[in-house]
Amino acid sequence: MRVEMFTFLVTATIVLAGSLGVVLLRNPVHNALSLIGTLFGVAVLFIAQEAYFLAAIQVIVYAGAIVVLFLFVIMLLGVDKSESLRREPILGQRPAAIVAGVAILGLTLTALLSSAARVTGEQSVLAPLDPAVPDINRLGRVLFTEYIFAFEVTAVLLTIAVVGAVVLIRRAGDPIDLGEFPDGTMGDVLAARAAERNPTIDDAADEEAGLDETADDAAATDDAAATDDAAGGER
Amino acid sequence: MSALLSAVTPLLALDPMLEGDIGFTQVLVVLLKVLVAFGGLLVTVIIFIWFERKVIADMQNRLGPNRAGPFGLLQTVADGLKLILKEDLLPERADKPVFKLAPFLMLIPAFLTFAIVPIAGNFNDGNDGVVTILGQETFMQVADPQIGILLFLAMSSVAIYGVVLAGWSSGSKYPLLGSVRASSQMISYEAALGLSIGSVLLIAGSLSTNAIVAGQAGWQWNLWMTGLVPFVIFLIAGTAELNRPPFDLVEAEQELVGGFHTEYSAFRFAMFFIAEFLNTVTMSAIIVTLFFGGPSGPDFGITGWVSDYVLPFVWFFLKVLVFLFMFVAFRATLPRLRYDQLMDLGWKLLIPLALGWFLVLTVVRVAADEELAAVEVLGVGVLAFLGLLVGGGLLLLSIRASAAKRAAAAAEDAADESEGVR
Repeated sequence: MRVEMFTFLVTATIVLAGSLGVVLLRNPVHNALSLIGTLFGVAVLFIAQEAYFLAAIQVIVYAGAIVVLFLFVIMLLGVDKSESLRREPILGQRPAAIVAGVAILGLTLTALLSSAARVTGEQSVLAPLDPAVPDINRLGRVLFTEYIFAFEVTAVLLTIAVVGAVVLIRRAGDPIDLGEFPDGTMGDVLAARAAERNPTIDDAADEEAGLDETADDAAATDDAAATDDAAGGER
Repeated sequence: MSALLSAVTPLLALDPMLEGDIGFTQVLVVLLKVLVAFGGLLVTVIIFIWFERKVIADMQNRLGPNRAGPFGLLQTVADGLKLILKEDLLPERADKPVFKLAPFLMLIPAFLTFAIVPIAGNFNDGNDGVVTILGQETFMQVADPQIGILLFLAMSSVAIYGVVLAGWSSGSKYPLLGSVRASSQMISYEAALGLSIGSVLLIAGSLSTNAIVAGQAGWQWNLWMTGLVPFVIFLIAGTAELNRPPFDLVEAEQELVGGFHTEYSAFRFAMFFIAEFLNTVTMSAIIVTLFFGGPSGPDFGITGWVSDYVLPFVWFFLKVLVFLFMFVAFRATLPRLRYDQLMDLGWKLLIPLALGWFLVLTVVRVAADEELAAVEVLGVGVLAFLGLLVGGGLLLLSIRASAAKRAAAAAEDAADESEGVR
């Protein structure tokens, strides 16, 4: 029992310190880092309960993907300054948060105090149901037989979320600028730019050489950004 | 030994971890394995840095390091000493605690991943690599957790933080750009990495690295059991995950000065440097474990401790060496990818291919489980492969079509604009 107690005390300290850090620190990046601390602590607690697969997924999905995306957004938006706590971005946000917080705390306390051993309605377990079978096999079997419907619905939900994200970021009338990464070698790009800067020289040269206009047009249609009658200048 | 044991026992009683059925010898075995594995890993890294510089020098018709020690072997040690003695600069605009934390976040996952790699043990006698040390039956790897290879994925996702936080906390533009590139690159390629591991798990039927290696004994290497494609994807995605050339946009000198560790100096820089090479060695070891049968190999009829420790380790080391050389050759021969090419390769080729190949393997596996004849299994596999080709063709077509549509829209916009100007 001492091993479990020792592990629990150390990890619980980390989890609590991390969650306090998420709330109290001013810098968004420090908040994200505290969140990682909490997530790691919870992963260790999972291992202490011998739920190895859950612990691995906790680290890979939450710590590895989601918080990295948080950090990514924080960096790209440049909100790495300490924010003033006086300003309230959404009206009535603060009272609502207090009400929600008290409600959640009340619910948790009620659940914990009213039923000492059966919080979720199931007997709690401290060891794998069958030590010979890894828990991922057990989880897989249950997910793809008993809970297949819930599993598939969740999959559809995630797909909808992905499609929705793609639709939302693509505003109409604002196509992606393909000119940012043009085709061809750097030499072609530089030549095109030079021609763009002083088209008169090119035009004059073309006329002097008596080049066929149709050949110019044919070449211009290849160029995605070509305008119709400035074709000679585009090249 | 017994004198030592009796002397240490009262002390051990104080350790809460040593109660119950965990005895002194178990702890001693673990400590021994940790020391041997990580000590060996560090020495390998020091030699690998010399090896890389020497091989690249050969390929570029130079001499390479040849002053410190025989053949310049001690050059890495000399560099390390120099870096320790240098001044440790802290940029004024740096976020100091995070700046100090970042190198450790790189180094520690690099070490931890190696814990799940089996480095020796006899896999030919049907004992699945069990060896007996001090009367304890154990595997020749530091740990064999249930989640096995998932630990590798978890650690590689933690390593991203080292890069991201190093770049952000430097308080400077170029490191920040480098780290933003790094995070998007590593997240993109982790998907392909995970999907190609999925193919291996489908064949092995277990997450444990020991079981994966045991399943490959007797030349049943996953390299051909999974049909080569997952290996190629893993190699490419792994190189990208390591941020090594040709995927080293994270530290592209010409664009970003030095990348995410521009502001680091002295020993903190050395930690990034060591972590990078540690990761390369570990990635080679993981490739060998997943696809090349780990330490298993022919034992020439030898039994006893030679076939338990020496021969498997030699096989393992030779296989790892091949991949270390391959990574060096990549660096010496391939030009760096452009950023859009990097993203195209990851998202439009590797991820769909890995997913499609995984589905083909699943179909074959199901056919085999239904106990069809070998010809029928092969036929089903070919059918699934054709399906993969059709799906891939459709995907390619849709990508092309939408690109053409966007180009047409852009051309129309440009035409409108020029008319408006006139």
